[in-house]
Amino acid sequence: MNASNHNSSGVSLVVRGLRKNFDGQEVLKGVDFEVRPGEIFVIMGPSGSGKSVLLKHLIGLEEPDAGEILINGETVGSPEVAAKYRMALVFQSGALLNSLTVGENVGLYLTEHRLKPPAEIEKVVAEILEDVGLKDTADKMPNELSGGMKKRVAIARALVIEPQLILYDEPTSELDPLSSVVIGNEILDLKRRTHVTSLIVSHDRDLAFGVADRIAVIVEGKIVTVGTPEEVKQFNDPLVQRFLHADFKREN
Amino acid sequence: MFESIGEVVLLFWRTLLALPQAWRQRQKVFEQFFEIGNASLLMVCILSFFIGGVIALNFGPSLVEHSLTNAVGGLVGLAIAKELAPVMMAILIAGRIGSAMAAEIGSMRVYQEIDALRTMNINPIHYLVLPRMLAIAVALPMLVVSSILIGWFGGAMVADMNNHMEIPFNVFFSDLKNIVVLKDVCNGVFKSFCFALIIGAVSCHQGLTTIGGPRGIGRSVTKAVVNSIACIVIFDYILTRLLLR
Repeated sequence: MNASNHNSSGVSLVVRGLRKNFDGQEVLKGVDFEVRPGEIFVIMGPSGSGKSVLLKHLIGLEEPDAGEILINGETVGSPEVAAKYRMALVFQSGALLNSLTVGENVGLYLTEHRLKPPAEIEKVVAEILEDVGLKDTADKMPNELSGGMKKRVAIARALVIEPQLILYDEPTSELDPLSSVVIGNEILDLKRRTHVTSLIVSHDRDLAFGVADRIAVIVEGKIVTVGTPEEVKQFNDPLVQRFLHADFKREN
Repeated sequence: MFESIGEVVLLFWRTLLALPQAWRQRQKVFEQFFEIGNASLLMVCILSFFIGGVIALNFGPSLVEHSLTNAVGGLVGLAIAKELAPVMMAILIAGRIGSAMAAEIGSMRVYQEIDALRTMNINPIHYLVLPRMLAIAVALPMLVVSSILIGWFGGAMVADMNNHMEIPFNVFFSDLKNIVVLKDVCNGVFKSFCFALIIGAVSCHQGLTTIGGPRGIGRSVTKAVVNSIACIVIFDYILTRLLLR
């Protein structure tokens, strides 16, 4: 069994009344939603709607002004809860440490927390890199990789944690359609193998409708609808419909 | 400004609290130590030699003219050990290493690498700040000891070869030995240790608080160097006053 096949049974996530102000500008205006264990939940919305800020709150990089975030019914924020549940964030840019090799990046969590001896870490890293289709890249530096490869390394780095909740920030941004499909399939494959709960923040309609079990649409800091892809497609709201059907107008 | 000072003090305190993690981070401490030594040793040697030489050249002829030949060695020795070596080397290191620290940590902050560390439950103070602070706190005093010795040698060489002085090597060092005591050298080295902590704390703080893109990194680097030098000069006075015998 590959390293990433370890039991990482997903957790539930509940967000209630989340609010955040930056210099008087209200970015999150009372966000409410619930993610079920093991599901792929996509939050869609136009740029500047507060998606990335929301994600930072979920992983603990930002403190909310009001509201609460619960994982398996326990409030996120205390060190005990943070230690109890394993969460990982795949950054939009990958956020790989540029001074480390790919292998060192992927094994960083295990190395820094001294969870395994170096030889074992090397083995785990090789297995996980193979899982994400990046065999024999462990000695490369991040700047030698393409955008898609960087994202997959970031996913591999998240998998080392054996997360119960994995958060993706715009996982297909700046990628060509083929690479986007590879990433989407990787997310689906992960769910199948590990039953991890996945929360994806994206404005990529193809990805959202291709991988999501449920979708929430956020507009100007508020969730306007939550449902299955079909339900969201049929949701009768001009803002949502405009976002979902935005297209070029070309005259012959 | 007061907010920044408070943040630097807080960062310094948190780094002190992280000291028990030092052994775990020893690999990074060695890497940083090598980086600082490797980047600065040649420049330290060249600067120190000429600083010693220029002090001898500035004061030597006048002292000899006033029949104070035996004061040349002592004056050059004291000036270098107590003031010039620690301050000049600290300024050099603030420019070379402090700027590099702020740029490296600043770009890690801008490109979300520090956020990535946090999401992996890796404390950036343990991972980034502690190794740099320890390395600079050891490296700068060692560079200052080298600087003092090379500065004395430069002063002695100029005193020997200059037509207006012609003080032989052995006489120069004998005069120096009569005036400079071990405590003077220790005071200089102690000052440099304090300056190292200032450079480390100020530069790492600037890096960690970097915002914006490449422009923000540039701003942080400039601030790190300017603030470090300002703090070095202010603390130089305070420490000199405290260490006055």
